[in-house]
Amino acid sequence: MPTAPAGTLYRGREGMWSWVAHRVTGVLIFFFLLVHVLDTALVRVSPEAYNAAIGTYQTPIMGLGEAGLVAAIVFHAFNGIRILLVDFWAKGPKYQKTMLWVVVGLFVVTMAGFLPRHLINVFTGGH
Amino acid sequence: MAHGTAAVAKIDSPRSPYVRRRTTRGNYELYSWVFMRASGVVLLVLIFGHLFVNLMVGEGVHAIDFAFVAGKWANPMWQVWDLLMLWLAMIHGTNGVRTIINDYATRDVTRGVLKGLLYLAFIVVVVLGTLVIFTFEACPPDAPAELLASFCTA
Repeated sequence: MPTAPAGTLYRGREGMWSWVAHRVTGVLIFFFLLVHVLDTALVRVSPEAYNAAIGTYQTPIMGLGEAGLVAAIVFHAFNGIRILLVDFWAKGPKYQKTMLWVVVGLFVVTMAGFLPRHLINVFTGGH
Repeated sequence: MAHGTAAVAKIDSPRSPYVRRRTTRGNYELYSWVFMRASGVVLLVLIFGHLFVNLMVGEGVHAIDFAFVAGKWANPMWQVWDLLMLWLAMIHGTNGVRTIINDYATRDVTRGVLKGLLYLAFIVVVVLGTLVIFTFEACPPDAPAELLASFCTA
């Protein structure tokens, strides 16, 4: 039986958890992307087929899923900029924890701009 | 394994200069690391623009239907936008998942199978998506006119 690798360097705190969140959101976004290209490909089948598929994206449950997807994308995007700064800015590693809280702040501001608009569209819009 | 006469015979003579071991691998992982950062910045712009136009403007997600897509792809700028987004996002995402598989799948067979499935999904999705963007028909002749963009009947 293989044993668990010993002596790993999971240190906890901001650095590790932002890395974990970056991986989790990245995988989520990737699997949505695979599905999203397939549903968009239905435009090549017929207008009816595409409209039926996209109609399921306009239900309240999927609307909440879209909110979660956008949240994952916004975090991944801002934390990606933080990774760039850690890698290429001389003071990046020194300020990596501060920058995570900046990422969280920008995330909250962006979602505050997006969520009301999207949720109003999801729950009161429609034909 | 490293004991024995063969190993002894290979010991360098004292004071021989340090020779950096030549790597037999290419710079693939370096290019992949650079690509993740470069494509990430471009994808931030492309995807935020995509989300803004499709979810924030007007009725948001409720405005999306066949005619909406036809209207967007009537503009070559959105064709290029979506094509670039498709390719960059698929390479960026596939490379990210490849890294994760390499990190956690320790058995050779498991790792090989998972990466095989990953690369198969990459090829299917990229080829399908590219074909759809380039062969899209905005005004299919047998479709009901009320489902089509206004420019089909005008």
